[in-house]
Amino acid sequence: MGLTKTSTGAGAAGLRPAPLNPGPQDRVIALAGNPNVGKSTIFNALTGLRQHTGNWPGKTVATAQGRCVHRGCAYILVDLPGTYSLMPHSAEEEVARDFLCFGGADGAVVVCDATCLERNLNLVLQTLELEPRAVICVNLLDEAEQKGIQIDLAALAKRLGAPVVGTKAGRGEGLDALMDAATALADAPQPPVPVPVHYPVAIEEAAARLGPLLRQRLAGRLPERWLALRLLEPDKALLDALTQALNWDPRTDLQVQDALTEAWEGLKAAGFNPGTLEDSIAAALVRTAESICRAAVRHTHPDSQSRDRKLDRLLTSRRTGVPLMLLLLAGIFWLTIQGANYPSELLSKGLFWVQERLSALFAACNAPSWLHGALVLGVYRVLAWVVSVMLPPMAIFFPIFTLLEDFGYLPRVAFVLDHAFQKAKACGKQCLSMCMGFGCNAAGVVGCRIIDSPRERLIAILTNSFVPCNGRFPTLIAIITMFFAGTQGGIWRSLLSAILLTGVILLGVFMTFWTSRLLSGTLLKGVPSSFVLELPPYRRPRIRQVIVRSVLDRTLFVLGRAAAVAAPAGLVIWLCANLSVGGMSLLCWCTRFLEPLGHLLGLDGAILAAFLLGFPANEIVVPILIMTYLATGTLQDMGDLNALHQLLVSHGWTWLTAVCTLLFSMFHWPCSTTCITIAKETRSVKWTLLAVLLPTASGMLLCAATAFAARLLGLAPW
Amino acid sequence: MDTFSLNTLSVGHSAQVAQVCAAAAMRRRLMDIGLIPGAQVTCVAKSPSGDPAAYLICGAVIALRSADAAEIQVQPSPAAELQPALA
Repeated sequence: MGLTKTSTGAGAAGLRPAPLNPGPQDRVIALAGNPNVGKSTIFNALTGLRQHTGNWPGKTVATAQGRCVHRGCAYILVDLPGTYSLMPHSAEEEVARDFLCFGGADGAVVVCDATCLERNLNLVLQTLELEPRAVICVNLLDEAEQKGIQIDLAALAKRLGAPVVGTKAGRGEGLDALMDAATALADAPQPPVPVPVHYPVAIEEAAARLGPLLRQRLAGRLPERWLALRLLEPDKALLDALTQALNWDPRTDLQVQDALTEAWEGLKAAGFNPGTLEDSIAAALVRTAESICRAAVRHTHPDSQSRDRKLDRLLTSRRTGVPLMLLLLAGIFWLTIQGANYPSELLSKGLFWVQERLSALFAACNAPSWLHGALVLGVYRVLAWVVSVMLPPMAIFFPIFTLLEDFGYLPRVAFVLDHAFQKAKACGKQCLSMCMGFGCNAAGVVGCRIIDSPRERLIAILTNSFVPCNGRFPTLIAIITMFFAGTQGGIWRSLLSAILLTGVILLGVFMTFWTSRLLSGTLLKGVPSSFVLELPPYRRPRIRQVIVRSVLDRTLFVLGRAAAVAAPAGLVIWLCANLSVGGMSLLCWCTRFLEPLGHLLGLDGAILAAFLLGFPANEIVVPILIMTYLATGTLQDMGDLNALHQLLVSHGWTWLTAVCTLLFSMFHWPCSTTCITIAKETRSVKWTLLAVLLPTASGMLLCAATAFAARLLGLAPW
Repeated sequence: MDTFSLNTLSVGHSAQVAQVCAAAAMRRRLMDIGLIPGAQVTCVAKSPSGDPAAYLICGAVIALRSADAAEIQVQPSPAAELQPALA
């Protein structure tokens, strides 16, 4: 749910780092590392920025950069996407490699997870081959200590031939030492010489044959040994990038091509072919990492993972995995509904008290009634609704969800649900982007970048708005509470609301599967691609930080955005409701026109108009509806849900209207921000239109079918 | 020595990678996370349907779908008795 300005705003689509414009004194440091090793935590601690952090691989889908000042010197830190390797197989790996090659960094910091150093060293070794000015940061030392893993940092530094700094970034320990090491490295006249990885003799000979030729051409811009190894099995992306960045194309350089042919003759004589060469290079890296770890890492408790494995068995096994997941979901909803009840009431009472005072003030100043209407009844009242109804559930839902995320539960959900996605011929990581959609569908769409296969990524993007974002939760909760669980408090009522809401969400998840399946069978035919999902160690959630961050960063940000949209929308709607053409307000014309279609869907014209006018943000659908009804009604006190319930019933709402509004709220066009984000991510008008059409068509069909069935059975009037 | 597919390894058991037969891109990805011939793998969990399953590789837990794990040939681990039972 990475909800920040960068993930939902205009910057959402930029995967490649924006061009740097460092001052003459600024040093540029790239932060590289495996996914989920605390890179973003280190980045945030050093730059004071708020990149989203959470315990699952692939959160950082866009590169972020920020400034940091250390001992009077300015640095620009570039947070690269997490990768396992620099041999590119995905967009992230290509971005990371290209930045290290051509990004103009003065040095790199490779962040490692101390609890599984061996796997992390693979990337360290590859980075050192490419960028010798690199500091190795062994992070999460606190977790390693808890698990009885001891790391001899000095031995590690000696074996790697590079500076090593230990950190506990969660507590901010070791970061000064890290920056000191990075400074020393950037200032050193000569880069250090890392201990080279030993490849099989034939490969070393082939690289040595190319070395001198490449040294002349590269003039120090890239290490020749690294490039020699890459040229033996060149990939087009790298060659193109080389041609562009260095103005030199190895493909047209005859001397280099001749040397390559000779090198390959030697390799073939030693029994290598293009397929086995890459395997052999990869295996050499893994074995080197293994031997370094044998010298530098000691396990004091051999069963350090037993607690995680017990939890895994509980959370993912056949008997308990799915029930626990549903229980957790319903539990979160229950806490949200029950907890939000009282503050919501208090807020709305307070805000409407202010409205009365405002009205009195306007009256005392003899302000014209249209001004009072537009500002107080229009702008203020919509804002008040959005704040009082949205703030409490969000301030409860976000922190709880973030705690689960911090704990490491989301990848387990993806693990449990993968089979269903596999049946839909989609990627299991779609579950993670779906979870992000609970926060904000635009963020969910951006999050789909963690899926490598373009076909599966498109499926995930097109189906993301089938899960309700936080803009729709308050509407769902309000309708369920008013029509199906009763508005008079009590734990039993809120429990019933929570169960019903869980059911509605499950319907959304089911529709996601079903639509994914439909897309895989029709427009986006294909077989599921391979996927590798890391299940990170469970981490004790940092409760205080999570609450502060999720309230400040997410809740207030989302609320601010909603308010920014709601205030002008309130004005426009008030105008629509009060400007008359031919004796009837614009809004009336609009609702009259939509009435037949609305009725067919089990809704009415006003509801449909509210959804249409709510295109800028889903949060304002209910306020628009209230204003529409109020424009023709007389009820003035909108203090609580009871009053709203009365208002709706007096405008002809039945249980069927409520059900169809729930369904339509779940499945209709994505909001404007999401549409723009989809257009940016897919770079196609066609796919964006389909992303609008899919949920809209599903919603209309579901509503029409429900309404028809209910009326046919005589459960609701025709 | 007899080899068998990784997807048949049951929870709590360890084996040693003999050969990775997956297609090039996937093979490289598996090697990046440490699945090279000779590496130790332990199956630590299976999802409710049995597919995917989670494997301990190089100190990290990685979920693989059955179809992908089927392309990894493993053999009984010579060091099996030294590996603590993790599940």
